[in-house]
Amino acid sequence: MEEIIAIKNLSFGYPDGQPALNDVNLTIYRGESVALVGPNGAGKSTLILHFNGVLRSNGNIRLLGKLIGDKNLRWVRSKVGLVFQNPDDQLFSPTVFDDVAFGPINMGYGNDEVRQAVAQALEMVGMEGFEKRSPHHLSVGEKKRIAIATVLSMSPEILVIDEPSSNLDPRGKWDLIGVLDSLPVTRVIVSHDLELVGALCQRTVILDRGRVAADGLTKDILADKKLLAEHGLATPLSPPTAGRRR
Amino acid sequence: MKHSFLDRYSDRDSVIHRIDPRGKLVVTLAFIAAVVLTPFGSWLAYGLFFTVIAVLIALSRLPVSHFVKRSLVIIPFVLLVAAFIPFFREGEVAGSYNLWLWQVSVTHSGLQVLWNIMAKAWLSILSLILLTSTTSFSNILKGLEQLRMPKVMVMIMSFMYRYIFLLTDEVLRMKQARDSRNFGGGRKLWQIGTVGNMIGTLFIRSYERGERVYASMVARGFDGHVRTLERLYFSQRDAVFVAILGTALVSISLFNLLY
Repeated sequence: MEEIIAIKNLSFGYPDGQPALNDVNLTIYRGESVALVGPNGAGKSTLILHFNGVLRSNGNIRLLGKLIGDKNLRWVRSKVGLVFQNPDDQLFSPTVFDDVAFGPINMGYGNDEVRQAVAQALEMVGMEGFEKRSPHHLSVGEKKRIAIATVLSMSPEILVIDEPSSNLDPRGKWDLIGVLDSLPVTRVIVSHDLELVGALCQRTVILDRGRVAADGLTKDILADKKLLAEHGLATPLSPPTAGRRR
Repeated sequence: MKHSFLDRYSDRDSVIHRIDPRGKLVVTLAFIAAVVLTPFGSWLAYGLFFTVIAVLIALSRLPVSHFVKRSLVIIPFVLLVAAFIPFFREGEVAGSYNLWLWQVSVTHSGLQVLWNIMAKAWLSILSLILLTSTTSFSNILKGLEQLRMPKVMVMIMSFMYRYIFLLTDEVLRMKQARDSRNFGGGRKLWQIGTVGNMIGTLFIRSYERGERVYASMVARGFDGHVRTLERLYFSQRDAVFVAILGTALVSISLFNLLY
């Protein structure tokens, strides 16, 4: 299988000295749908910011076989589509069209190509006809879809989504799962919503305290209640019980 | 939370709505300049300007009540600034009053200036209401950009338009959080301190949001250059519109100058 992203021995500490990643090794192959799960503060967001070179450190990260460096950042960013957690940060233009067109325009597409890319991206997330709407008049679910369209319009090789189901009600969440499942692109989904992970990803990677704690088939990992509990991802082994009074 | 549209009615359709934003921007600015430069007391010219704007409003087919309501929102600010003029202008005294220690007097020429300012302000406000109610905000920005306004300024305005509602929401939520823990006690001074903290928090949150927005821009290939698609099309009809109004404004001003 072709390697899309290959990370070797990546360590990273924030400027204030706080270590965030510790010797991470991870390879994502073409066509995969990988869940990156872990408790708050495990380093998930830090890791995905390395995927497209927003953060860089000693580690050796290859995208499609090429080392990520200063010279190929533009190319890297067109290949790795990063969707941030809060759609209000991702959508910053006065209209939906401008936002979805932002990436393609920066990539230097021509007028017609941009229009075509926008139309295709909106169609993939089921939001045709929203071009002229203004983001602050959309619902959370709609904003999430448009946020995904803003990177799909660059036809990335890999789609990386941070917490797609946060702030969504169950219906909104399952609608979004349907959209994500239909996208024909390699995906990395960062989440601690195990329901969503089970529905969308064949492979799961657990990250805890900056280290890869487990990497395997989703069905095996989700079945291992002890492992999940150890990393704060499932019901603790001795949970408090509602209704029982002292 | 739901907010009203800044550019309410701009999604409707009429002759005025269809005109290129650049045309409307230029005409609006010319109109305001012509009104402002008209000498004091030229009531006939004001009347003619009003006729022009009234015709345009009629063509836009928007409810007149909308213009009245919006005007009523803005006029008080003008009044606040202009209200003191009659008291400070020298000239023939129209009336004087004793206010405790001070004796204040209103002059005729001062009142004259006040009425003129109010008339000019209202005419300008009407033209701006017409512009913003017939052009969507994003199109106004596009128009400004293509009229060679610096792109950084256009971006700042576009971010403002995008985030002002989010900021209002954030303030409202903070206010609710404060009020749910505030039981009416405490000294006034302490409450002011709370407001100060809220402003500080809001600043830090906005700053952090700025960082996140920038990250999402960088992730989509932003490298400091603002690039946009040219999407506006200046047609013959737009040229005719600008020409007609330009002629009208110039002839009103000339007419006023000569008579």
